[in-house]
Amino acid sequence: MPAGSTQPGLLRLIGLVVGRDLKLAFRHWDQVIQPLIFFAIVTTLFPLAISPALEELRRIAPGVVWVAAMLASLLALESLFRADVEDGTMEQWTLSGQPLSVMLLAKTATHWLLTGLPLVLMVPIVGTALGMPRSVWPVLAASLALGTGCLSILGGIGAALTVGVRRGSVLLALLVLPLEMPVLIFGARAVDMAMHGDPVSGPLNLLAAMLLLFLSLGPFALAAAMRISVES
Amino acid sequence: MWLWFHKLSSPPYAYRTAGKLRPWFFWLALAVIAFSTYGGLVLAPMDYQQKDAYRIIYVHMPSASMSLMVYVVMAIASAVGIIWRMKLAHALAAAAAPVGAWFTVLTLATGSIYGKPMWGTWWEWDPRLTSELIQLFLYLGYMALRSSFDDVQRADRASAILAIVGVVNVPIVKYSVVWWNSLHQGPSISKLSAPSISMSMAWPMLLMLLGFVLYFAAIMCDRLRAEILRRERNASWLIESAVRS
Repeated sequence: MPAGSTQPGLLRLIGLVVGRDLKLAFRHWDQVIQPLIFFAIVTTLFPLAISPALEELRRIAPGVVWVAAMLASLLALESLFRADVEDGTMEQWTLSGQPLSVMLLAKTATHWLLTGLPLVLMVPIVGTALGMPRSVWPVLAASLALGTGCLSILGGIGAALTVGVRRGSVLLALLVLPLEMPVLIFGARAVDMAMHGDPVSGPLNLLAAMLLLFLSLGPFALAAAMRISVES
Repeated sequence: MWLWFHKLSSPPYAYRTAGKLRPWFFWLALAVIAFSTYGGLVLAPMDYQQKDAYRIIYVHMPSASMSLMVYVVMAIASAVGIIWRMKLAHALAAAAAPVGAWFTVLTLATGSIYGKPMWGTWWEWDPRLTSELIQLFLYLGYMALRSSFDDVQRADRASAILAIVGVVNVPIVKYSVVWWNSLHQGPSISKLSAPSISMSMAWPMLLMLLGFVLYFAAIMCDRLRAEILRRERNASWLIESAVRS
């Protein structure tokens, strides 16, 4: 590793990646909010399909919100890597000599800020729509915050594997949804337990542990998958 | 000392060795499975509570072990392929995936058949059944990813990553009955303590597991040879030996 002052330090590298992605996202903010609108629409489908009665919706609300969040995150993954791979930026990143795992983790984290965090902010809206009591909203927000982080990293690995595949969105769903099922189970369970008045520290701690696991090991899988997809 | 390992990385050597080993594995497997079937259906005593209906466990438990074992084999082979860049390790993983998927289907099906008289239901969403179903989806996803690439080398490396990432589900399946109070019965056979099931009932299960492992080895010999043929079809060693015979 050259000791020259021309190489950026790690923090500066992360700052550059995050800044670039945020700048690009704000130029096309109408594309950024599309998954969020999808989330709202899917949540609306359930009252139409099942029953408009809030007492009945209340019971299935945790599951509905979580499944809608998972599907919205799947759609959002399209915008994570595809543009950069197609115009050759990713190839330059793999050749740059900078740690690819750090760069991809920074990219995934920025993506979460744009697609995962807004879902957490939409909790009051979907909570009201599905009749969830206000006391449960913080638990829903916490479980979504931790869970969407996990979904972003797992989804990122799947996206990196399938970015070169034609019409790979369905394949991405097939690969990523089974891996995400434990996140769904604990996330929905936490909210369900909160609605019954039970303590939620168990599932929330497990979600946090999963997030830590994916944060620590995920970047290596991300970098390996991206190198495989980019070198052809 | 590692000569055998390096020798096996040569396709013609592996092809010949698999061909020579296959009859041994196959006939031994047949004999062991036949004897275990006899042991399980006839020799093992009747359960005082479940009467004869419990005997499906002699197929169910070995299939469940195999469904997990095959995935671990796939994950290890994928890791070997990536680290040592061994083509044949990737070929082994590719050949093993459908076999593992079928073992998982067999586990779920025999479990369903067992569940109906035992629990009164074909299916329950308890942790062990759910994680085994996730295991099936992981196998299917692996096979789907493999088939979506035209280039064999990229398919190998991409699906290797997927196999290694997915191996995290295997301990979840195995320990699901320890970590959660679930409908599925807890572990009866453990390495560290005395089994909670009597030996007169347990031995056909363990012997059947051995039979399934031998059967898997025999099947893998065939499938690996087929995979070698597919990958090496333009190689000179293959063309020469085909022309000679």
